[in-house]
Amino acid sequence: MYLVRVNMTDRTYQVTDIPEAYRHLAGRGFTSSVVAAEVPPLCHPLGPNNKLVFAPGFVTGTSAPTSARCSVGGKSPLTGGIKEANAGSSWAADLAVMQIGGLIIEGKPSKKDEYWGIHITWDGKPKVEFFDATQYTGKQLSQVFPAIYEKFGERISVCSVGAVAELGYSNAGVVFNDQEKRPTRYAGRGGLGSVMASKGLKFVVLDRAGAPGVEIADKALFEEGRKKMIDALRSHAITKPKGGLNTYGTAVLINIMNEAGGLPTRNFSSGRFEGAPKIAGEAIFETVKTRKGKEIYNHACSPGCIIQCSNTYYDENGEEIASCVEYESDWALGANCGIDNLDDVARMVKLCNEYGLDTIETGTTIAVAMEAGVIPFGDSKGAINLIHEMGKGTPLGRILGAGTATTGRVYGVTRVPVVKGQSMPAYEPRAVKGIGITYATTTMGADHTAGYTIAPEILGVMGKQDPLSPEGKAALSRAFQATTAFIDSTGHCLFIAFAILDIASGYQGMIDEVNGVLGTHWTADDVLKHGAQILKTERKFNEAAGIGKEADRMPEFMKTEPLPPHNQVFDVPDEALDSVFSEL
Amino acid sequence: MKIQVKLFASFGRYRPGALPGMPFELELPEGATLRDLIHQLGLPVEEVKVCFVNGRVEELDYTLSEGDEAGIFPPIGGGCLP
Repeated sequence: MYLVRVNMTDRTYQVTDIPEAYRHLAGRGFTSSVVAAEVPPLCHPLGPNNKLVFAPGFVTGTSAPTSARCSVGGKSPLTGGIKEANAGSSWAADLAVMQIGGLIIEGKPSKKDEYWGIHITWDGKPKVEFFDATQYTGKQLSQVFPAIYEKFGERISVCSVGAVAELGYSNAGVVFNDQEKRPTRYAGRGGLGSVMASKGLKFVVLDRAGAPGVEIADKALFEEGRKKMIDALRSHAITKPKGGLNTYGTAVLINIMNEAGGLPTRNFSSGRFEGAPKIAGEAIFETVKTRKGKEIYNHACSPGCIIQCSNTYYDENGEEIASCVEYESDWALGANCGIDNLDDVARMVKLCNEYGLDTIETGTTIAVAMEAGVIPFGDSKGAINLIHEMGKGTPLGRILGAGTATTGRVYGVTRVPVVKGQSMPAYEPRAVKGIGITYATTTMGADHTAGYTIAPEILGVMGKQDPLSPEGKAALSRAFQATTAFIDSTGHCLFIAFAILDIASGYQGMIDEVNGVLGTHWTADDVLKHGAQILKTERKFNEAAGIGKEADRMPEFMKTEPLPPHNQVFDVPDEALDSVFSEL
Repeated sequence: MKIQVKLFASFGRYRPGALPGMPFELELPEGATLRDLIHQLGLPVEEVKVCFVNGRVEELDYTLSEGDEAGIFPPIGGGCLP
């Protein structure tokens, strides 16, 4: 595998073998290790000393199912700490097939407002060429992507950033193409889009033609693992064809979280939204069925996915509004803003994709602005207008683009649902205590994917736990965080967890696949140790950046304001929060 | 007694024309359990994976009371719930 370093100060590049220290790292493990080793923890996230790191997972680019995820890492402008965000796209698979185990973007051009793209091809090894991309800036992304496909050919994959990244917003994501060549798949959280734009980098275009593919050390073992993984995904009720995710998409969670009293509503002031059924996955499925005249099951975001949870949402004339209306986006721009107009929620998703915004941070920021009285809760047209303000870079838009915490400070709001500067996603910690522990303690700032205890607390995956009880949840969150750090390194989508945590042979399948590719003999214990080591590396970076255990805390209102309908506060003691890392 | 019922995901087919998850009122005899409710609705009990009453997960032998809100899910959300 190769390491490609691109220096944006002088537009040069180097291709070397992956250094020995990184040879058994991939995905999140790779990006976080490089950031920890090479980025000064106290550097400015948008300055020349930050780096942006891309890495495919261990099995990305192989025939392992649902494995085309790419990790993106750097120091986050939103949290000031280490960040890894990942997305599914053919781009991830192409990077791996070109045997690029890591792509590191360094430096910063001296000239402002000059943007470049890099075009990576295979010429016996990866070859990088630069092209002037200034003409593509300041535009909506759906205008820009077709021009790039026209310039470089239909078989390429594209990574880019939107106009809000060029403005340096802390909520700007990194976007990748979907299977229809649309700019819709985001490594959204933490503002890494602005890190990319700060380096004058607008595009990373991959053309895999002639590339050799991923080397597999033990093909028989890999095949065995892959088959176990496929069997698990095809048989589990959540992940199987025409199962929960394939039929209703990730927004299938809206109704069940609402039933559990854990769907954050109107800026985290209730756990129940009366409009939930109107924006739920069931409503998306039924609306699309009515408008297109047939049942439409969901599609894959990336090659080789057999879960296929991505939807496309259509207007009354059957014209596409947006792809994809995910649970998190649907909640952030819907329930959390008191909005039950599904068409407008989809329009907002589309606008976020066009401007390059993280839908979660955007929705939670609008909700704080609603709390401040900028517009009323439930005002979907007003919310659409606020997204345009962000996209256009008006003074109000720039405040909102700085994120939920900054907007709360500007408007003097006390109910600001953030940890380490990053807003909470779609699960109420006062109604689901384990996920609150993950929000508080993960190195990423409030992040559900870092340790998805919702699986046992709400969904009954891997046993069953009372969501309202704090008992034993620190250990649960710790185990989930370590396992997740490993899954985020495999290149598999986190949704494989639903199946492999319930079906033991699927879990073994994941380990077999990785051992097959690497020629290692890792056990389930090694997987946990590998994950724990990644967490420790990230934690050390954060501590050196001034983000220690004092930052592993919930905002005050969650400890004092009881949340309806269960009227619970977040009652996990600080010692339990501290034990997540002290006992790792 | 009267209770509020919500049917989710594929159980929506037992309330054609209504959006899944929209609450409706149902009359049940005193002392009825979740299992009785499921029977009265004609839901196949083997397809029922999780039931909430007033926001808490309850087992099928749970005895309902006047004014309870019951939400019934097929296995969209996990394979090993009761």
